Amino acid sequence: MLAKRIIPCLDIKDGRTVKGINFVDLKDAGDPVELAKAYAEQGADELIFLDITATHEKRKTLLELVEKVAQVLNIPFTVGGGISSCEDVAQILKAGADKIAINSSAVRRPELITELANRFGSQCVVLAVDARETEDAWEVYLNGGRIPTGIKLFDWLKEAERRGAGEILFTSMNHDGTKNGFANKALAEISEMLSIPLIASGGAGNMQHFADAFAKGKADAALAASVFHYKEIEIPKLKNYLKSESIPVRL
Amino acid sequence: MSKQNIVIIDYKAGNVQSVKYALERLGVYAKVSNCEETIRQADKVIFPGVGEAAWAMKKLKETGLDQLIPQLKQPVLGICLGMQLMCTSSEEGDTKGLGLFPVKTLKFPAEDKVPHMGWNQIRQQKAELFNGIKENSFVYFVHSYYVPLNEHTTSETHYIRSFSASLQKANFYACQFHPEKSGDIGQEILNNFIKL
Repeated sequence: MLAKRIIPCLDIKDGRTVKGINFVDLKDAGDPVELAKAYAEQGADELIFLDITATHEKRKTLLELVEKVAQVLNIPFTVGGGISSCEDVAQILKAGADKIAINSSAVRRPELITELANRFGSQCVVLAVDARETEDAWEVYLNGGRIPTGIKLFDWLKEAERRGAGEILFTSMNHDGTKNGFANKALAEISEMLSIPLIASGGAGNMQHFADAFAKGKADAALAASVFHYKEIEIPKLKNYLKSESIPVRL
Repeated sequence: MSKQNIVIIDYKAGNVQSVKYALERLGVYAKVSNCEETIRQADKVIFPGVGEAAWAMKKLKETGLDQLIPQLKQPVLGICLGMQLMCTSSEEGDTKGLGLFPVKTLKFPAEDKVPHMGWNQIRQQKAELFNGIKENSFVYFVHSYYVPLNEHTTSETHYIRSFSASLQKANFYACQFHPEKSGDIGQEILNNFIKL
């Protein structure tokens, strides 16, 4: 049976992980390579690295990091942040990443999705989207949820799928950081509307929230950062819990 | 370090780097090449593939590799699209394959999400590639086309329907999943290939 995936997300700045990370057993908790290895050993199904520096001059640092991660990691990983051209993607994939995630650059120029899917295959194109629910609808936001676009979320996701996105990473700005659970109602609608895999993001606070994202939200994967980094939720425990809730996981 | 001469075929349509790194984790420094002589002299050959079938086949033809691969006598391991291209044909881009396995690669019907992406279980494993690998072990898949079960199937997986997770015929081995991305299980499968 196809397993539901658990995906820790690492924020990277200048080649180091940011946000306090509480891994006492690591030599250097800011080293993304050490962390990536630790997560893989704990049973993470995939990893996502988001480069929040993303300035042009720092790209070289990112590529070096991708290469080091690829050397040690035996599970798939995605790299996102500041990607806006085929050339960017070619470099990141060549360094050893399995997939790339695009967000704002695709909203600004939707053709980018088509270009990337045609050149590298849909399987490596993850369309990340930050959205906020207002009274009447879900709206797409840019720059980590700071800039409203007026674009309706569901329209945008349908277009992304049509253009060849291979997977959707949906972050609800209403839920992100609250630790009150994922946006299950919206997730379920998106999952049923699309025929490509859906990663839930934003709101993880306890193990039940993950079970809900899969059972109620019909997500194919769930992403979280701080609950894993601060060891509020440990991945082996989470997966055993999900299994006890009859959710298929890789143990 | 193993002294084996392993060559990964580079035809600009494969995630060559992750296969190379996976072998390095097993202590093998593989060459990445599209040179006919280098490939012929290898102890073992790995034929990876990511992307679209028609385009990949075109790349193989441009370098004459479509003629070379079927002549190889040493163990050859096709991965993902590599496996699909070793079949008679693929529904993807209506592509003629290398014909090493007498079976057609088909498109998944739209009864569930496609691509089949993520960790799934393999069962009914046969042959040396799966020595020490338990029934229902999880490996990582990403694909939209599949090879039906046939007489050369050496393990199967179920998604939408049961299909070939791996194949073998004489010296030609192939897996639909990515052993280089399948954690410890994948490393063991690659190690079994190295030990052939």
